[in-house]
Amino acid sequence: MAPSTAGYDVDAIRADFPILHRTVRDGQRLVYLDSGATSQKPRQVLDAEREFYERHNAAVHRGAHQLAEEATDAYESARARIAAFIGAADDEVVFTKNTTEAINLVAYAMSNATTAGPEAARFRVGAGDEIVVTEMEHHANLVPWQQLCQRTGATLRWFGVTEDGRLDLSHADELLTGRTTLLAVTQQSNVLGTINPVAELAARAHAVGALVLVDAAQSVPHLPVDVTALGADFLAFSGHKMLGPSGVGVLWSRRELLATMPPFLTGGSMIETVRMDASTFAAPPQRFEAGVPMTAQAVGLAAAVDYLTGLGMERVFAHERALTGYALERLGAIPGVRIIGPRDTVDRGGAVSFLVDGIHAHDVGQVLDDSGVAVRVGHHCAWPLHRRYGAEASARASFYLYNDLTDVDALVAGIERARTFFGVA
Amino acid sequence: MRLDSLYQEIILDHYRNPHGRGLREPYDAEAHHVNPTCGDEVTLRVRLDGDVVVDVSYEGMGCSISQASTSVMHDLVVGRTVAQASTLQEEFLHLMHSRGEGEPDEDVLEDAVAFAGVSKYPARVKCALLGWMAWKDATAQAVAGGAG
Repeated sequence: MAPSTAGYDVDAIRADFPILHRTVRDGQRLVYLDSGATSQKPRQVLDAEREFYERHNAAVHRGAHQLAEEATDAYESARARIAAFIGAADDEVVFTKNTTEAINLVAYAMSNATTAGPEAARFRVGAGDEIVVTEMEHHANLVPWQQLCQRTGATLRWFGVTEDGRLDLSHADELLTGRTTLLAVTQQSNVLGTINPVAELAARAHAVGALVLVDAAQSVPHLPVDVTALGADFLAFSGHKMLGPSGVGVLWSRRELLATMPPFLTGGSMIETVRMDASTFAAPPQRFEAGVPMTAQAVGLAAAVDYLTGLGMERVFAHERALTGYALERLGAIPGVRIIGPRDTVDRGGAVSFLVDGIHAHDVGQVLDDSGVAVRVGHHCAWPLHRRYGAEASARASFYLYNDLTDVDALVAGIERARTFFGVA
Repeated sequence: MRLDSLYQEIILDHYRNPHGRGLREPYDAEAHHVNPTCGDEVTLRVRLDGDVVVDVSYEGMGCSISQASTSVMHDLVVGRTVAQASTLQEEFLHLMHSRGEGEPDEDVLEDAVAFAGVSKYPARVKCALLGWMAWKDATAQAVAGGAG
C-alpha cells in the first residue's frame, strides 16, 4: 500500500493534519477527496497563524511601534518566501483575497486603463480587440472576461476541448491573432485534471503581441511551477488550496507590467500622496493592496509554502500521479463509470471527475458521504465544460499529498455501494 | 440506516416513475428554476381553472430528491385551490427547514412526509424545494395574469 515515491511517508504527513483524524457520519474514518475545492491545513500552518496573533499582531505598513515593525517584517517575509516558491522576485507578488480576486484585479485594471494615462496603453481593450479563453475554464477565469468584454466592447473567443479532455489547439492560429489583447488559460483543469501546455501557448500569444494570464489555482498547489519557465505575464493562485488559510491568494506579474498597470481597489496603503482633488499611487506591489491586508493569512501561507518546499513539489506531484493512475485504473474498471477527462496520467493532475450510469452525481455524492468519503458534486464552477460533455453534473475526487491508496479503495467501495443502493449494479 | 432514512422507498418510487411529468398545453404560466450550485433545472407550467389548480406539468433534470419531490408535489397540488396548495407549500417549506426535527402530518403532506429525512442534509434541501419554488413562482404569475 506504500506510494510509489521512495521515502515519501504519507503516514507521517497525515499525522500533521489534525482534521484527518476526526470521524464523520457516525464514527467513520474521514476520507477527504475534495482538496480541489479546498485543502486541509497542517499543524505548522495553524501554529504560524496563532503565533502571529499571539505575539506580533499589528496593522502592517503603518505605525512605528515594535509590533507594527514585527508584523510588517512577518508580512514581507511571507511575500519573499511565497515569491521564491514560484521563482519570482519579491516585488512581483501581490496579495489578493484568492484566485478569483486576482483575476478580477487584472480584468478591472484593464477596464481602468481606458481612462488612464498613456503609460497604461498596453492594457487597453475595446471594440475590435479580442480576449481569448478556453472552454475548460473555471467560472473565475471566464466570467470576469465576459464582463470585461461587456464593459469595453471587446469580443470573447475561446479554445474548445477534445473528446478526451485536452485543449483543441487545431484552431490556434485563427484564435490568437493581432486582435488578441489577452489569453487567459488554466494551467490545470479543476474538472478534467488536464495540464495544459501553457509555456507553448504563452509563446504563441506573445508572438502576436497578447498578454497571457494563467489560472494556477489547481497547479501551484500540486506541481513545481516556475514563472520564468512558464513565460506568462500574470499568474493567479489561492492559498487555501495549498495548505494555507482561506482569505489569501496571489497575483504574480512581471515587474515592468505591474509598474504601469492601473490600480483596481483604491484607498489606504496603496497611495503615494493624497490631496483633496487627486492622488498618486505607491509603487507595486503596494499599489494593488489597498487597505489593511490579510496578514496572519499571508504568514500562514508562507508556512504552507515552507511545508511544501520541505516535502519537495516534485515528490508531491509524483505521489499524486501515483494516486491518480491507481484511481483511473480502479474507476475505469467499474461498469457504468465514465471518467470526464484524460484516462491516463500524461499531462494530468489529480482531479478525477466521473459519472455513474443511472445515478445522478448528487446521489453518488450522498452515498459516498454516508461512507465517510468527501467528494465534490455538481458542475464544479465549470458549467460550460459540463455542457460540452453532455453532463448536467459530475462527481469529482481530487487528491492531495495526504491521500493514500486506501482512500482510493474507499472511493471505489462507495461507488459500488451507490450502484447497489440505486439498483444499477 | 442513514441512507434508508434519506432515500425512503416512496422517494425512489417517484424518482423511477415520476407522476405528471412532461410539459402540457394549455397553461397559464411557466417558470424555469435552476439550482446554481449543481445545475439542476426544472421548467414547470401551471394551469388554473378559477382558483383551482387543474394541471402542473414539468420537465427537468436533477437528482433523485429534486425529481421525486416535484412528482410528489404534482400529486398534492393538482385538484386543490391555490390557497390550499399554497398552505401545503408552506408546510413543506417548514418541514424542509426543520433540520430533522419536524413532525410532519401525513394527513396533510401525504407522500411528501417521506422527505422529512432530507431536512437533516442542508445541501439537499434546495433539491427538494426546486419544483415547489417553481410552482410557487408560476402560480403567482398565473394568478397575477388573471388566469382562468
